[in-house]
Amino acid sequence: MISMRTWRACALACSALVSTIAAAVGVGERAPPFALPTAAGDTVALERFRGKVVYVDFWASWCGPCRRSFPWMNAMNRKYAAQGLAIVAINVDKKRDDAMQFLGEMPAEFTVVYDAPGAVPAAYAVKGMPSSYVIDQSGNVSAVEQGFRDESPTMLEQKIRALLAPR
Amino acid sequence: MRARVGVVQAGLWTLCVLALLATAGCATISPPQPWEKGQLAKREMQFDADPLDAKATQHIYTSKEGAGGGYGVGGGGCGCN
Repeated sequence: MISMRTWRACALACSALVSTIAAAVGVGERAPPFALPTAAGDTVALERFRGKVVYVDFWASWCGPCRRSFPWMNAMNRKYAAQGLAIVAINVDKKRDDAMQFLGEMPAEFTVVYDAPGAVPAAYAVKGMPSSYVIDQSGNVSAVEQGFRDESPTMLEQKIRALLAPR
Repeated sequence: MRARVGVVQAGLWTLCVLALLATAGCATISPPQPWEKGQLAKREMQFDADPLDAKATQHIYTSKEGAGGGYGVGGGGCGCN
């Protein structure tokens, strides 16, 4: 008959098959690094912005609130770029044309990079669209925001200002 | 007798392997991640293709049902409430 050992081996194999779910990147954690291409073909790496406050935004052309967040991100860029804020918007559209059409209607004045395979949102374990991460000068996540609600701009701008304030 | 035990054991092993394969099969079907919902976000993928039409249908449905009342209460069914 089947021995206890065999059953145990079976149970172990079964539990190994259960896929592990990536834990979401939270406040205080290290921001997962990435290097993604721009439309022009240059590679933008997160490390490039070390020493700056980085606002990483995951967006897609099909996401409604993303459309509302773009004018705000442009405004933040204009207001705080000189003080050391870098905005990197990661597009997750499967088709580049969709993203290009969106950008035609909603021009971005900040860095836009493309990740159609979705490796970076997977690394950040993005829970909803859009999702944004405020990363401090040393590369740690300082704030996470899911969605772009009415109160999001105020909260995020406060976070950005606090990080940019001279210490 | 011994041969029979062997057959039973082999059968159980096969079952075990098949069960494992079935589990693995389920693991490959995972719901789309939040950043993979581009197709699902399309208008033609909604349950109600036309939001205005859906709203009107819902309005008529609730007013008719509301007019139905409980036991034996006659409702107008005019859709006016």
